Amino acid sequence: MTILLYDGTFEGLLTAIFEVYEYKFDPAEIIAEERYNTESIFSATHKVSTDQEKSDRVLKRLEKNIGKKGISQLLKVYLSENENAERLILSAVSQSILFPNEYILENFANSDIMEIAKITKSVSREVHRMHAFVRFEKLQDEVYFAKIEPDFNVLPLIIRHFKNRYQDQKWMIYDLRRHYGIFYDLNEAQFFEPALEQTSQLKRTENILHEEEIQYQKLWQRYFFKTNIPERKNMNLHVQSLPKRYWKYLTEKL
Amino acid sequence: MNFPRLQEKLEILADAAKYDVSCSSSGGNRKNKKGGLGDSHATGICHSYTEDGRCVSLLKILLTNHCIYDCAYCVSRKSNDIKRAAFTVEEVVDLTINFYRRNYIEGLFLSSGIFKDAETTMERLVRVAKKLRKEHNFNGYIHLKSIPGASDEIMKEAGLYADRLSINLEIPTTRGLKLLAPEKSHDQMIKPMGFIKNELNLYKEEKKIFKNVPKFAPAGQSTQMIVGATDETDLKIIKVADHFYQNFKLKRVYYSGYVPMLEDKRLPSIDSQVPMLRENRLYQADWLMRFYGFKADEILEKSNPFLDLEVDPKLAWALRNREQFPVNINTATKEMILRVPGIGRKSMYKILTARNFQKLNLEHLRKMGVATNRAKYFVEFESQNIFNKYIDDFNFRKIILQGMKSKFQNPFSEQLTLF
Repeated sequence: MTILLYDGTFEGLLTAIFEVYEYKFDPAEIIAEERYNTESIFSATHKVSTDQEKSDRVLKRLEKNIGKKGISQLLKVYLSENENAERLILSAVSQSILFPNEYILENFANSDIMEIAKITKSVSREVHRMHAFVRFEKLQDEVYFAKIEPDFNVLPLIIRHFKNRYQDQKWMIYDLRRHYGIFYDLNEAQFFEPALEQTSQLKRTENILHEEEIQYQKLWQRYFFKTNIPERKNMNLHVQSLPKRYWKYLTEKL
Repeated sequence: MNFPRLQEKLEILADAAKYDVSCSSSGGNRKNKKGGLGDSHATGICHSYTEDGRCVSLLKILLTNHCIYDCAYCVSRKSNDIKRAAFTVEEVVDLTINFYRRNYIEGLFLSSGIFKDAETTMERLVRVAKKLRKEHNFNGYIHLKSIPGASDEIMKEAGLYADRLSINLEIPTTRGLKLLAPEKSHDQMIKPMGFIKNELNLYKEEKKIFKNVPKFAPAGQSTQMIVGATDETDLKIIKVADHFYQNFKLKRVYYSGYVPMLEDKRLPSIDSQVPMLRENRLYQADWLMRFYGFKADEILEKSNPFLDLEVDPKLAWALRNREQFPVNINTATKEMILRVPGIGRKSMYKILTARNFQKLNLEHLRKMGVATNRAKYFVEFESQNIFNKYIDDFNFRKIILQGMKSKFQNPFSEQLTLF
């Protein structure tokens, strides 16, 4: 068994997959460096240095075998931060190389593929929830700001949606758990990583809200209350559709 | 902006609009034109859910709850002694824009009481939509209520700004409507629906020839019927829905279980329960017609015109048509796989693709997310399926029910069976 250690990036992972074939490591396991903490005496380790060219070659091959749709599924598995992500992606890539003419990601009777389908579904659902549950607050400097704590690392997957939607207002979405965000400045949306002393300010925004903000929040809360039909109360359905872990950032549930 | 007054109006006019169940924001295809606000999502987005479990996708309000009509089932009826209010066009626009910018909503659902006559009311609704589109470059979703009796011209203009138009049939039977809303008639409602259908066709034809035809209600039209306010059967409701799907190409028919709120001897008593389970079964039947290839006649028969409350309509059909089962998962047609209780459209798709790779068995189905507690009796494979033998069993219905747990189960039923 050879353990390949990579830098945790998607390109790094694809480079590692390339090297599994290049050096014929079999069996092989790919682990992100920061997650690797056990020195196993039975396996050799191989350190992967991320190589754009190798990564692109894997991508090109994948595009031929499983298309952009397939690559996007594997990217979702990577962003899921699932502990088996590397193994599943390697498995899918190997299967696509063995059966280049089949869309192997639809072989749902294979347990790895079924697991990929499940993870992809969870990640897609989280993306959809972020489209739905992000709540912007207007700040004094006219920036619409939202905090999120998604279950998976979906921020890269939601940029396009918000960019298409909000073109005439500045906005910012910040992932509190992963300490990075996106900022749209009316021209382009870019990632940012705040310095440590800034992060506490991003958590507490009540002193920098726009003067109208509280009024509109209140209107929304009252609307939310009034549009409910008490005679039809169904809290099970309510909580099922609106899981409690999202409540702390939902204006209407504050 | 006078926020306290605005809040008071919002409370009154949201409360009055909440019985309209449609909140769909799907089917729109409006893209953000350079630098504007909003972009419609083809699949729709539910931004929140109220405590009754219903989705909140649109800001759903009445322009006013002043109304010249006196329909018995409606909380805004003329003779009801309630607080009345009316929004200005600017107020609705401002609320919509500010809610949309904060990502609370997908857009606006604007309905109204008839405050002077149909034409004036419809004109006011159209002015809101026009202002949003033209002055604010708003590309979010707009659902406008079409007011029966308004002119074709104003209806046509409404279609240019709205994504969806709808007229509620209110009561499924002509007789029932006459009883509860003597001033209204189905003919009066059907006329604008026919007009919108023709306009939709026209735009579709033009679109084939010219590239830049303006959009006309791209998310189509829908309607709503109140269930349980009069004595109509489920068969009648399904037939009416089917009629409108077939002849008016409606996108959706909504069913709204009657919420007793008014004392009136023509209506069910104020203490009666909201028929939520019945409503749920009607939606299931509606889905069978729209996505599962069932015909209205297959779902219910004249001799038994109400949906089974104990089992869903697809399982009920399977129980009545046992000779069609078991279905071989590895060879059956798509249509037949869709008819297996416990297999939905997504599982059907997974089965069709996965069986190209290998023969499937029950364990595969379970992993794909099929509700095997029901499906296992109705499917067969190359290897033997021990559950098939129950299909012909006299107690088959009971056996299946034991393996299921209804979300509507009566909390007291277990205690009662002790005796």
